[in-house]
Amino acid sequence: MSILVYIEQADGAIKKTSLEAVSFAKALADKEGGDVVAVALGTIDQGELAKTGSAGASKVLHVNDEKLNAGVIQAHAAAVAQAFEKVAAKTLILAKSSLGDAVAARLAIKLNAGLVSNVTDLPETGSGYKVKRSIYTGKAFAETELTTDNKILAVKKNAIDLKTDGADATVEDFDVNLDESVFAAKITSTDQATGDILLPEADIVVSGGRGMKGPENWNLIEDLAKELGAATGCSKPVSDIGWRPHHEHVGQTGVKVAPTLYVAVGISGAIQHLAGVNSSKYIVVINKDPEAPFFKAADYGIVGDAFEVLPKLTEAVKALK
Amino acid sequence: MKILVCITHVPDTTSKIQFTDNNTKFDKSGVQFIIGPYDDYALARAVELKEQTGGSLTVLNVGEAETEPTIRKALAIGADDAIRVNAFPKDSLFVAKQIAHYAKEGGYDLILMGRESIDFNGGMVHGMVGELLGMPSISPVMKLDIEGSTAKMAREIEGGKEYLEVNLPFIAGCQEPIAEWKIPNMRGIMSARTKPLNVVEQVSDEAATGVVEFKLPPAKGEVKLIDKDNVEELVKLLKNEAKVL
Repeated sequence: MSILVYIEQADGAIKKTSLEAVSFAKALADKEGGDVVAVALGTIDQGELAKTGSAGASKVLHVNDEKLNAGVIQAHAAAVAQAFEKVAAKTLILAKSSLGDAVAARLAIKLNAGLVSNVTDLPETGSGYKVKRSIYTGKAFAETELTTDNKILAVKKNAIDLKTDGADATVEDFDVNLDESVFAAKITSTDQATGDILLPEADIVVSGGRGMKGPENWNLIEDLAKELGAATGCSKPVSDIGWRPHHEHVGQTGVKVAPTLYVAVGISGAIQHLAGVNSSKYIVVINKDPEAPFFKAADYGIVGDAFEVLPKLTEAVKALK
Repeated sequence: MKILVCITHVPDTTSKIQFTDNNTKFDKSGVQFIIGPYDDYALARAVELKEQTGGSLTVLNVGEAETEPTIRKALAIGADDAIRVNAFPKDSLFVAKQIAHYAKEGGYDLILMGRESIDFNGGMVHGMVGELLGMPSISPVMKLDIEGSTAKMAREIEGGKEYLEVNLPFIAGCQEPIAEWKIPNMRGIMSARTKPLNVVEQVSDEAATGVVEFKLPPAKGEVKLIDKDNVEELVKLLKNEAKVL
């Protein structure tokens, strides 16, 4: 039996989070039996498609239709449903994302499948089918039972280590029949930050708060981020005042991140901000106020002025290389 | 234009999360409940759109009687009437089935809700309702304008935005900065008391998932403080102890 994985791409490059979803599916297949088939939509070259193999897929169904390059939610859902039927899958795995969530919800209805999002661990299938998911914006977990035959799991970042040693996947062209109605929502243009590391997918994040005193000081955050190979984020007040764009706002109502390292500079650590970062593996807090609540959630802390500490820290990271 | 806004009744964002009954129930003691913050954005935009285009604005909640103060708050903010589907919201599918039924019955042009509830964070109800009704569903929407029968919007994607157009009717999961939250004024609060709040029964009992047990994350250890004049020590710890560099 096959486990199907829905692959997301951007400009022909497969997203790392989707490869993690493949590795998650592979670990599940190793436990339960079966193989992993990926389904990738739009224009992607052969070499890129083969990457799904190193992450654990044995085959990738490629729907080579340029109309699917963009994330047209209904069209993607329809194409993935046809792949699910073709390989007679019972389980669909995908990475939790802006598009993944939207596509998975429609698929849950199409496939009569139970859907669990924010999955943090492999399912327990001893008695019943139980998955652990993150709830209350990372403040708690729920062991959730699925009672349907077909199942969809949207996997949270870092739920599993990315596998990179698998054999090449067989690439198979796959034609789908898409009704014109699934293209009812038209994407007219896209604004994409280019060349940057995407915040929701970053392994290291450096965020600044009001303690940075103004957007003109953000080069200090950016310099450190550059040395660390990190994405930059900010607190809600900072994006509300317009110092930084909205897509950098980390927190309860912004982006939830799950990096291996989160560095917070000049952020006091309001509970709403913590909700967006509590899935981080390690947290470093730099704040001149020793009473800042963020220190209670941190692994490492420096009490000091950001304007003094940041340049020194950037140099120290540089010296490491 | 007939607008439907679906709202959740969730613990305030500052709530301490705890569980009772052998970790099978959320502990409501001392917790203040609010309109879901994302739903609140959807509602605020709906009020603005209604002011521009005229028509009606209905709010819907799937919940037991305890959610009525939250629904009244939505009425005070500017909804004309409300529907409460009298049921415990078992899971996303269960909620989506109730919404789809009453949304179809009401024949709405625009169905808005938050991108996700802040209790279970599933972010799937809008997509499910869309599929059940055969309508486009777009989420997370951060800008929404209506021109005639066309909706123009911006949807947040990782690291940017995507601009879309779709004909009504459709469903959107909303987030900031689609509108500023609205605080009810005294007139709104007074009029909310007499606006219709219709209690209806559930139309389906189907659910696909259930929570077996809730768990809290392990307690965080003590923070290790490093002297501000010795930042090299932090880099060493990150490299050798945490092994993240």
